[in-house]
Amino acid sequence: MISPTSKKPDVRLRKGQIIIGKWHKRQYQVIRLLGSGAIGTVYLCLYQNRKVALKMSIQSAAITSEVNVLKSFQAVQGHHLGPALIDVDDYVTSAGHHYAFYIMEYISGDTLTSFINQNGNQWLSPLLLGLVKDLEVLHKQGYVFGDLKLENLIVARNPAKLRWVDVGGTTWKGRAIKEYTEFYDRAYWGCGTRKADAGYDLFALAMVILRVYYPDGFARGQNPRKTLRQKIDQAVDIEPLKHLLKQLVDQTFHEAGQVHRFLLTHAMKRQTTRAKQVQPINEPLYPVVEMIGVLTVGAGYCLYLML
Amino acid sequence: MKAGNLKQILLITDGCSNQGENPAMVASLVAEQGITVNVIGILEDTQSEQPEGLEEVEDVAVNGRGVSQIVYQQALTQTVQTVTKQAMTETLQGVVNHELKHILGQETTIEELPPEQRGEVMEVVDELGETCSLEVLVLVDTSASMANKLLAVQEALIDLSISMNARMGDNRFAVYQFPGRKKPIQQLVDWTSRLDSISSIFSKISSGGITPTGPALKEAMYQFGKKSLRRRFRKDDLSNIEEA
Repeated sequence: MISPTSKKPDVRLRKGQIIIGKWHKRQYQVIRLLGSGAIGTVYLCLYQNRKVALKMSIQSAAITSEVNVLKSFQAVQGHHLGPALIDVDDYVTSAGHHYAFYIMEYISGDTLTSFINQNGNQWLSPLLLGLVKDLEVLHKQGYVFGDLKLENLIVARNPAKLRWVDVGGTTWKGRAIKEYTEFYDRAYWGCGTRKADAGYDLFALAMVILRVYYPDGFARGQNPRKTLRQKIDQAVDIEPLKHLLKQLVDQTFHEAGQVHRFLLTHAMKRQTTRAKQVQPINEPLYPVVEMIGVLTVGAGYCLYLML
Repeated sequence: MKAGNLKQILLITDGCSNQGENPAMVASLVAEQGITVNVIGILEDTQSEQPEGLEEVEDVAVNGRGVSQIVYQQALTQTVQTVTKQAMTETLQGVVNHELKHILGQETTIEELPPEQRGEVMEVVDELGETCSLEVLVLVDTSASMANKLLAVQEALIDLSISMNARMGDNRFAVYQFPGRKKPIQQLVDWTSRLDSISSIFSKISSGGITPTGPALKEAMYQFGKKSLRRRFRKDDLSNIEEA
């Protein structure tokens, strides 16, 4: 019963290396390393002149579990939940060790932090709206994302959309969260259990937003809940967002739909108040602006005639 | 398929043993009894990747058919739960491999199946991991050099209890330290389903220079024995795992 994984050496793929699957015999050429997590490493690869992402791990079991999740996502039609699954296979090294891997769609883009730094934090609301919508669909499917964190999210372009790239933590509702990261973990902050429910993801969502404001994170301190409230008050400069974060952290929202509605209401409200503020100034000015316009055109015409 | 009852010893130490039987040998004995031995080696913050004293860590875990990990104390919390979970999965894979052999009539492991079938089998393993009962005996090295790490150990155990109790299956934990005052090990927490409320359990630390890992592991094995004798008439499904 000695597991082969405990004797197997860790695997490192070289740039330019060609990986051929044991079962399907497809060829993938390694371009570069994309990132490495608790289970497995992700590489950017070339397959039939197309960029794809390859995830390989020393733990075959974990890879297989993730593939199961990705497969079930594809059953949801018309909605992109996570990257599309392209292939599943084994890589056999010259020493005869087997490493399970899968190939998925390569999602390119910026990290949320760099996107917000470049484009301003007014983008937070629309990006969150999209993500919350995805979470809602996921939760309806009976899953909880689990390991929601900045590293697992990418802002894909055209249109700008926040997408998740690693589904390793996805867990059936009611079960124990498969994979998590302390800073984003509800139980770590003493705000609930580690059992998969919608609220678990919503808590992590709040921490994702907080992490944009605190790129290096912060310690939980003597009273974790108090620390959270203080950190929200100190940094978050958008009033409705501050309110939302506190509710997420306090777990007053139980469903992603509630967060979606909250964001929607506040995004709308801000637009209408701004319109109201702008219009009263503009309206009386309108005839004046028009007159100036007419006069300018007239003056131009006169000048033209004189010349 | 019934998940039955998984038994693990989690050894947390920062150095090599220097008294009594060879711990790797004892670990293989323990594993023969259907108890997995996992080992976590804690590094001093100033230590480099692989100091000499911790070579034993992997050796003990391999012979105990468990998982090992060497970490700095800041990473202890996350490590304790990943090691426990990974060892569970590996044990369950062993059980499933055993079943596969029965069904397919030949030496087939999950990893040898084509990816499509592997997925289905893995769902069974995941299901078993969620529902099986788990017994973890935590064995903490409390020799003098561990003194500044025991708070981190305690925090990690509380967190382990939170993680495991999020599962559907039952859990039982016990915490022992070694060396004890006059015996190889000393009970700190008796078998309980939750460790959430433990506090200052490591108050009485023996400051001697000896680390009798081998004898401690052997003694820890008997702590399962005592209990299963009492429960023998209630639980028959224990045999399921022990066979595998």
